[in-house]
Amino acid sequence: MSSFFDRLFGRTPPSAQTAKERLQLVLIHDRTDLSPAILETLKDEIIAVISRHVDIDREGVEINLTQSQRENRLVANIPLLDAPSGGRKRRK
Amino acid sequence: MPGKVVTLTSGKGGVGKTTATANIAVALAAAGAKVVCLDGDIGLRNLDVVMGLENRIVYDLVDVVEGRARLKQAMIRDKRLPDLSLIPAAQTRDKAAVSPSDMIKVCNDLRPDFDWILIDSPAGIERGFRNAIAPADKVLIVTNPEVSAVRDADRVIGLIEAEEKGPGYLVLNRVKIELVKRGDMLSTEDVLDILAIPLLGVIPEDEGILVSTNRGAPAAMDDKNRAGQAFRNIARRLRGEDVPFMPLEDNKNLLQKLAERFIKAG
Repeated sequence: MSSFFDRLFGRTPPSAQTAKERLQLVLIHDRTDLSPAILETLKDEIIAVISRHVDIDREGVEINLTQSQRENRLVANIPLLDAPSGGRKRRK
Repeated sequence: MPGKVVTLTSGKGGVGKTTATANIAVALAAAGAKVVCLDGDIGLRNLDVVMGLENRIVYDLVDVVEGRARLKQAMIRDKRLPDLSLIPAAQTRDKAAVSPSDMIKVCNDLRPDFDWILIDSPAGIERGFRNAIAPADKVLIVTNPEVSAVRDADRVIGLIEAEEKGPGYLVLNRVKIELVKRGDMLSTEDVLDILAIPLLGVIPEDEGILVSTNRGAPAAMDDKNRAGQAFRNIARRLRGEDVPFMPLEDNKNLLQKLAERFIKAG
């Protein structure tokens, strides 16, 4: 347990908060059986498949696990590049 | 109406499944329901001692399953509460002596004669756990506000959802309000955020539980015991009543509370 003065000056967060954050992290992986390494492989393969059909901004691709209630979701954010010519530009 | 089968499970051992089973059973029976408890922990039985019925065991669940005894013969009736009975586990066998379909059959035989059939699951997620949840209409997840217990509870919740026995109802046991207040124990809200299942009850840490277990008289029999009160509230919620969650404050008098305020303010 941290001392009263540590608490007072905000040096250590309350241990319950640390416990909650650690649990939330470990449970995402427990629930899905997806390790960070598998996520990385997944990302590479998704980039390869999608870029066969459309130009994407490879650097901007993000793949994350999120959870709301007891549902886990794999969320992919894949920015598209504008078509070189002939494509209809998005209006602003 | 045929009886409901309620299984109490946790993943982790030592969080209070057996204590919760005994106390909820006592509270239901005291309110006039016909209740039978089934000890699912074959080889490590304890529900009998927690309920104070250990001296009256003749036959057990395995004797029933293997045809050496009829269900009625294995049932021990609690003399203090005539509507409460126990079917003890075998002590000298292991979990494999009973199968999930045996449990379903035993419970189906009990349903016409009882309002509630409570099953005390063993710790773990293996055969004994599978046996205990197979006949369940409702599963209660007992846990403590502590990282290992919550993690195991989450695993068990996933398993019962996969068996379509979900969502599971949370019984948060052994909450120390002083620790929660100072930020050193997960609060009920924290645990609910993480596990995301409906809350059935919160039991404060209470020395009276140890004392009542020593005596073999579950705390729910004692009108003054706070943990017993929390278990009685769970029983009422199971029966469909809308019972507000009780404040977990200690029984301090006004003067003590004022003194604390004064010290804090100073």
